[in-house]
Amino acid sequence: MSLLHLAIISPFLLAIVVPLAYKLFRQIHTGWFILPLPILLFSYFISYLSITSNQQSVTKSFSWIPSLGIEFTAKVDGLGLLFSLLITGIGALVVLYSIYYLDKNKEQLNTFYVYLLLFMGAMLGVVLSDNLLVLYTFWEFTSFSSFLLIGYWYHREKSRYGAQKSMIITVFGGLSMLAGIILLYLMTGTFSITEIIAQSDEIFTNPLFVPALLCILLGAFTKSAQFPFHIWLPDAMEAPTPVSAYLHSATMVKAGIYLVARMSPVFAEHSLWLWLVAGFGIVTLFWGSFSAVKQTDLKAILAFSTVSQLGMIMSLLGIGAAALHFETVEDSYFTVATTAAVFHLINHATFKGSLFMVAGIVDHETGTRDIRKLGGLMNFMPITFTLAIIGTFAMAGLPPFNGFLSKEMFFTGMVRVLDMDIFNLDTWGFLFPVLAWVASVFTFIYSMVLVFKTFTGKFQPEKLEKKPHEAPIGMLISPIVLASLVIIIGFFPNIIANTLISPAQAAIMPPAEGYMYDAHIYFWHGFTPELFMTLGVITLGILLFATLPKWRKVYDMFPEKLALNRFYDGMLEVSQRASFNLTRLYMNGFIRTYLVYIFTFFIVALAATLFIKDAFKFDTSNVAPIHYAEVLLALGIAAASITILFVKSRMTSIILLGAVGYTVSLFFVIFRAPDLALTQLVIETISVSLFLLAFYHLPKLRHEERIRFKMTNALISVGVGAVVTMIALSAHSNKMFDSIAQYYVENTYKEAAGKNMVNVILVDFRGFDTMFEITVLGIAALGIFAMIKLRLEGGKKNENK
Amino acid sequence: MKTNDVILQTATKVVLFIIVLFSIHIFFAGHYTPGGGFVGGLLTSGAIVLLLLAFDMKTVSKILPVNYIHMIAIGLLFSIGTGAGALLFNVPFLTHAFGHVELPVLGDTSLHTATLFDLGVFLVVVGVTMTIIQTIGEDE
Repeated sequence: MSLLHLAIISPFLLAIVVPLAYKLFRQIHTGWFILPLPILLFSYFISYLSITSNQQSVTKSFSWIPSLGIEFTAKVDGLGLLFSLLITGIGALVVLYSIYYLDKNKEQLNTFYVYLLLFMGAMLGVVLSDNLLVLYTFWEFTSFSSFLLIGYWYHREKSRYGAQKSMIITVFGGLSMLAGIILLYLMTGTFSITEIIAQSDEIFTNPLFVPALLCILLGAFTKSAQFPFHIWLPDAMEAPTPVSAYLHSATMVKAGIYLVARMSPVFAEHSLWLWLVAGFGIVTLFWGSFSAVKQTDLKAILAFSTVSQLGMIMSLLGIGAAALHFETVEDSYFTVATTAAVFHLINHATFKGSLFMVAGIVDHETGTRDIRKLGGLMNFMPITFTLAIIGTFAMAGLPPFNGFLSKEMFFTGMVRVLDMDIFNLDTWGFLFPVLAWVASVFTFIYSMVLVFKTFTGKFQPEKLEKKPHEAPIGMLISPIVLASLVIIIGFFPNIIANTLISPAQAAIMPPAEGYMYDAHIYFWHGFTPELFMTLGVITLGILLFATLPKWRKVYDMFPEKLALNRFYDGMLEVSQRASFNLTRLYMNGFIRTYLVYIFTFFIVALAATLFIKDAFKFDTSNVAPIHYAEVLLALGIAAASITILFVKSRMTSIILLGAVGYTVSLFFVIFRAPDLALTQLVIETISVSLFLLAFYHLPKLRHEERIRFKMTNALISVGVGAVVTMIALSAHSNKMFDSIAQYYVENTYKEAAGKNMVNVILVDFRGFDTMFEITVLGIAALGIFAMIKLRLEGGKKNENK
Repeated sequence: MKTNDVILQTATKVVLFIIVLFSIHIFFAGHYTPGGGFVGGLLTSGAIVLLLLAFDMKTVSKILPVNYIHMIAIGLLFSIGTGAGALLFNVPFLTHAFGHVELPVLGDTSLHTATLFDLGVFLVVVGVTMTIIQTIGEDE
């Protein structure tokens, strides 16, 4: 186990001691014990920058389940490192923020930090694992810890609802991803991503390739809240704000993005990949930004905004895949989309994290997140306002913030789709820039709503629970750091270009031997179409924002019934009711019904086997001659059995049953089995008297009736009889070996000193069976004793007997 | 009105011993002729049932102060013990041994450990039958 592995599992290790620290040091906020770890990890991962900047990677392996070929292989390359830095860096900031956000006297801090650390470790595991199964393990860990974090305030009904919803959707996707992983294993024989990438050309034509692609994509889409699986993200906003900032903006929702980026070298050659990734991404971008405008809750706006930004990154990754179809990856004409994806991923993490923290501050200091109640906070919270301005303007894509740069590159990528002549992109490809542009307009609108409805306008103190004031400095540090990053990256984008972006790109689109990506981000690239698009976005955006109250009614046109949430809730309810009804349909509680199932199954299974295997055979060659006494007895027994069905009184049935039993013992006599005959005689007597006893205690019926005729029962009983008869006949006719009885005949006296062969077999040759049969008898007697003596209702008086 | 069962009771006193003797015969003869522990046990309990019919439960338990549940346990111990005894002689479980032994009164007798095993069966069967009949009979 290397230091790298230790770094990945260190959050898990720390999580073990968190409750201890919480119990022992109640005066100190538990968060302070957590804070050093992400900082330490962040600095540790920084040390890898020198390696990955040269677009190299480090692999460390550790045997986990060697017999199944599962190794915990950790690989640090550009993409993994970028994510690790985001996870640890923003993790540290979120922990710091949460120290001031969560009250140490009112909240269960131990559980909170355990879940958070669990999540951090799992996320590091996801992005640094080279083994797909290990990746999947950590992947489910993120779903699971996210479930716990969303349901942190478990006494609230909406928290539980949101947690359950996110769990169902992400685990559904996770399982589908597992299926994809298994399919990949079937094709390549390895779980290692590196080795699968090496074989990607060979598996391209494999029939399992497309199913694997679809399964993996389903996992990525559900995790990254792509349309139509985005519905869990807005409901996950019930989580504490530090959680939303960390999980639902910067890290977990990007796990799907990571997966798509990571698997790009395997699947990107396929047109389906491009269309699905880019298509779903662009639709999500549009739908998320469109829906965000109608929200009134700060965090709901941010949630939909996250959805739309994730869609944007996803569509960029999809378009970037097209570059692989052209001979030279080096030509940066189409790879710009991938560069933009990585760049925007970083940008989004910075500004969205800070915006969530701002929303948390507003909530914390005013007691509400509803923008209809907020307004005019600018004078009370100048620092928060500044931070909000920076975050939202970056989100809207305004200069000089980093969002502007990545949005320009996004437009560039989308416009260049028009030049592609593959996969029918020349016909439908024009939709990409159009949708991207429209979505950007909406992005601009909700960004403005976010900042101006909250901080400007009329101050409404009567609607607020608390008197608003500026947040404590500890709460402001984290968003300040993130906002400064927004500005620094905005002004000097090239400091991360060759340290973070190019290495990540090299991992997403492995270049030819010896080639190094060289990303350059320019502020000004002349009067290009994308510049005019941005200008158009700003103009139209301002126009629409100003007239928002007038066209807001557009949203009312979408009927509530068509909402995806309604569909999800309905589906849950319908499936629940359907399974309940289905179960009630066949589990009706009557033993007679279950017997019908059992016997029907018996008939169908056995008759079908007889028929399919063509096993029915009737052979009379080794049949013994029939004696007239046997015929008489058989007629007698048949007469008695059939009469039982038609008699009225129970007493008659019991006596007839006794007659059947005695006839059987007569059969034993004429088939020369004296021991059996003796035993059968005595046992039949005892059982008939027990029957009579039971009969004696039965409640009096007004008039006894004969069994009512039911067609199904008749059919089933005839069927069972026929099947058993057929099997008996064919078993007799298919005898293949001689009996082993000869051995007993020869050895009964010689070996066991007995002459009654039956008894010798019972006590000597096969005495083991007898031993347990008498045990069965003993248990039956004890059972009867217990059943009769132990009546717990009036059992007090029996207790001491 | 209390009926006088003098004929039944007197007949029982005579028949009982015949049945018991017959059951013992069947038990011991089991290795050579039809019979054995199972039928023998059933017949013995039949004799006790006859006693129960002729007299009442209290009298019978006074005549035969036996706890039938203990009897089941002892029977099982006999059977399992016979089987486990084989292990002491380094042979598989339930390997029986037999031989001719010169006994003081009976003279040359063939003895077989299978009889001990069968005795276990006998005791269990008597115990089980009597437990069942007694419990049901005592039940109100």
